[in-house]
Amino acid sequence: MSENKTVKFIVTRQDSPDSAPFEEEFELAYRPNMNVISALMEIRRNPVNTKGQATTPITWDSNCLEEVCGACSMVINGKPRQSCSALVDQLEQPIRLEPMRTFPVVRDLQVDRSRMFDALKKVKAWIPIDGTYDLGPGPRMPEKKRQWAYELSKCMTCGVCLEACPNVNSNSNFIGPQPLSQVRLFNAHPTGEMNRSERLEAIMGDGGLANCGNSQNCVQSCPKGIPLTTSIAALNRDTTIQAFKNFFGSDQV
Amino acid sequence: MLKIQGGLIMAGNREFLNRRLHSLLGVIPIGLFLVQHLVVNHFATGGAESFNKAADFMGNLPFRIVLETVIIYLPILFHAIYGLYIAFTAKNNAGKYGYFRNWMFLLQRVSGVITLIFITWHVWQTRVAAAFGAHVNYDMMADILSSPFMFVFYLIGVISTIFHFANGLWSFLVSWGITVSPRSQVITTYFTIGVFVVLSIVALRTLLAFV
Repeated sequence: MSENKTVKFIVTRQDSPDSAPFEEEFELAYRPNMNVISALMEIRRNPVNTKGQATTPITWDSNCLEEVCGACSMVINGKPRQSCSALVDQLEQPIRLEPMRTFPVVRDLQVDRSRMFDALKKVKAWIPIDGTYDLGPGPRMPEKKRQWAYELSKCMTCGVCLEACPNVNSNSNFIGPQPLSQVRLFNAHPTGEMNRSERLEAIMGDGGLANCGNSQNCVQSCPKGIPLTTSIAALNRDTTIQAFKNFFGSDQV
Repeated sequence: MLKIQGGLIMAGNREFLNRRLHSLLGVIPIGLFLVQHLVVNHFATGGAESFNKAADFMGNLPFRIVLETVIIYLPILFHAIYGLYIAFTAKNNAGKYGYFRNWMFLLQRVSGVITLIFITWHVWQTRVAAAFGAHVNYDMMADILSSPFMFVFYLIGVISTIFHFANGLWSFLVSWGITVSPRSQVITTYFTIGVFVVLSIVALRTLLAFV
């Protein structure tokens, strides 16, 4: 039944980080339940564009194929999302694929997401548990809080929130919503809380929290439904208090 | 103990201080001044004499120059210059991400620039003119607003200023961490829409009183 049905793709490609981008069109036979990645794999098997010219296979990044690793994010029909969970049946054709240009493009649809991992280091998004001796078990986390924190822990560093944010761009050094929400996650942890002020001070630095302009695109775009703007507002409150403590001094640690 | 960590002291944290100051100054004192200014101007609805009495009272306040400098000129200067920097570092994408808050984000920047142009002209036309001997009174404004072009310019400028204040009030509450939960942010959205409508009515009645 679906023998004559085809799927059309318009892919924004680029050969190297510095070369100019160009568009290439592909048309392939429809198969039921296709997603963008399976279509890209099909093109890779036979890299011929709609003009009938042989071309190079399209480069893209992917790993888990079940929307938990974040690697395959790209701009699909104008919106950034994961290509593994982008089902062809639910997309308007021709399907336009572009790299997330907020990040440096490596080749075609593959981008370098290092800035987010650098940001996680900058804000100390981990829980220090090592000592020179056995420190024993940490404080217990209430179950209710654990469930709440689990939602924040769903972040897969995919970069969609940075791509959607108008304040993350080449003119600004804003680290974006992703590392900020992780600060809230690690500050909420009973052991992580012991290094709370260090993380708050990190995001009070240049390119940090204060760069948020409240467009709230991040929370609308996050594929994991993480309450990013609530995290940002909560951190605004925490850093307000931290700033007063730093300025006036405090009797509390 | 002498080591002062992070916060407002460390040189690298200028941006945090500047942003927070920008947000605060927009409400206190600039926002408060705006409300006061609109309310005092509303005396115009009671006729020329009523307006002149109010304008003379304001104009003859003791320490006027100090009050104007500290409450109006310096805060607006900082807010305007830093605001322009903020506005032009954004890469607006409301066409692609047409969410309500993203449109407000764009409009906040557009209205900020319009407001700056309007205020610059307004200060030139009234305060600077006053410094050169003109008398700020009902006749001065009636004269300015008798030109249809200037009336439309003032209308756009005043509405833009009120929008910038009302929407800025919303983001001030978020930026300082006063409204955190989504529900509180929705409630303040409605509240600031109310502020916009009420102040717009006050301003509109005033403008119409001069023609």
